[in-house]
Amino acid sequence: MTVGEWVRNTSVYRSVIRHGIAPTNRNRSLIIFENLFLHVHPVKVREKTLRFTHTFWLGGITLATTIILVATGILLMFYYHPSVPQAYRDMKELQYVVDNGVFLRNLHRWAAHLMVFSAFLHMLRVFYHRAYRPPRQFNWVVGVVLLLLTLLLSYTGYLLPWDQLAFWGVSVGTNMAKQAPLVGERVRFFLLGGNIVSENALLRFYVLHCVVLPVALLLLISVHIWRVRKDGGVQGPPDDERRTP
Amino acid sequence: MPELEGMFGPEVEEETPTRRDFFTQIGVGACAVAAVASGIVTLDYLEPKVLFEPPTTYVAGSPLDFAPGVVVPNQEKKAFVIGGANGIYALSAVCTHLGCITRYKSDESAIACPCHGSRFDLEGNVTHGPAPRPLPWLDVSQDANGNLVVDTGIVIAHGKVFRP
Repeated sequence: MTVGEWVRNTSVYRSVIRHGIAPTNRNRSLIIFENLFLHVHPVKVREKTLRFTHTFWLGGITLATTIILVATGILLMFYYHPSVPQAYRDMKELQYVVDNGVFLRNLHRWAAHLMVFSAFLHMLRVFYHRAYRPPRQFNWVVGVVLLLLTLLLSYTGYLLPWDQLAFWGVSVGTNMAKQAPLVGERVRFFLLGGNIVSENALLRFYVLHCVVLPVALLLLISVHIWRVRKDGGVQGPPDDERRTP
Repeated sequence: MPELEGMFGPEVEEETPTRRDFFTQIGVGACAVAAVASGIVTLDYLEPKVLFEPPTTYVAGSPLDFAPGVVVPNQEKKAFVIGGANGIYALSAVCTHLGCITRYKSDESAIACPCHGSRFDLEGNVTHGPAPRPLPWLDVSQDANGNLVVDTGIVIAHGKVFRP
């Protein structure tokens, strides 16, 4: 009996994963069905859909960057105070004083850039493979909202270092929001929590960046991946190029 | 609300609403009112009632300091006080393009934005894009000591100079 077999026969393990280890198709399906985290994923996938050139793994890369961003973001939050006298110093402290702080901060930054880029490429890939067509049209819309959330997360995170780049970036951006007809002025006031980019704006962007937008993002990512399964798995290049117009 | 009736089973024929229908409608209506009200209350909560922002007014000095041609920028308050041919006026220094702070170029008698190259003349008119509008004219008044007071929060008509 190997260690693995012994572990899989303990009552604790069997209480978590109820089915046995018999390598039957039914059991393999059950492992997926009965797991909260795996059940969003298809039970069976065609081998060709796993090939790199089928999807270029762009959705998966985007998801991986999201996981990196959540992990590094939580760690950065332990040192960061969203207040005007502290924010810039905390950013500098993370870079020059805290052990591995500069690594985590740069990882967060580069993963954020990669997330926007890979989400954009993912969208192009889906478009050129005609994977937005029925029955996947709803998932395309979910994807568009996810892209919007990704950009909003980038933008709200941009203010948090509270350096000149952040301040002017947000000054310019919220002045763009002001140009929206009728509601523009109100939208800017609500976003900034005032008329100028100051304490209230920093705190609001922090809450949006660390709570509101990530929760919305993770919820919609779950819907997005679950819908991939429900809509018949990933759609790669159309099967027969000659038959399609 | 007749459109609700089909929700609770097939419609047989027009009948007077039962007591159950009545209370269902009351319940659904109450939930809708509560949902809308909580939305309004949340929006109201998110609107700050007291702002700890720096005051919009500042004292720019004596009117005698502003002979025609004198331009005094105030970096902190983002305004220029300018002595014009007909009187004194104040201009916002916030570029109407995307909100950067413009600078006074004394050698060229012009106001220029460092961000995207917009240029204005000393009356705030755009002489070079991308700024879409002239710089706003700001309210100028005098306090009890006779000093000029600029309020960057009040925009007045373009061309309305202050004569002490």
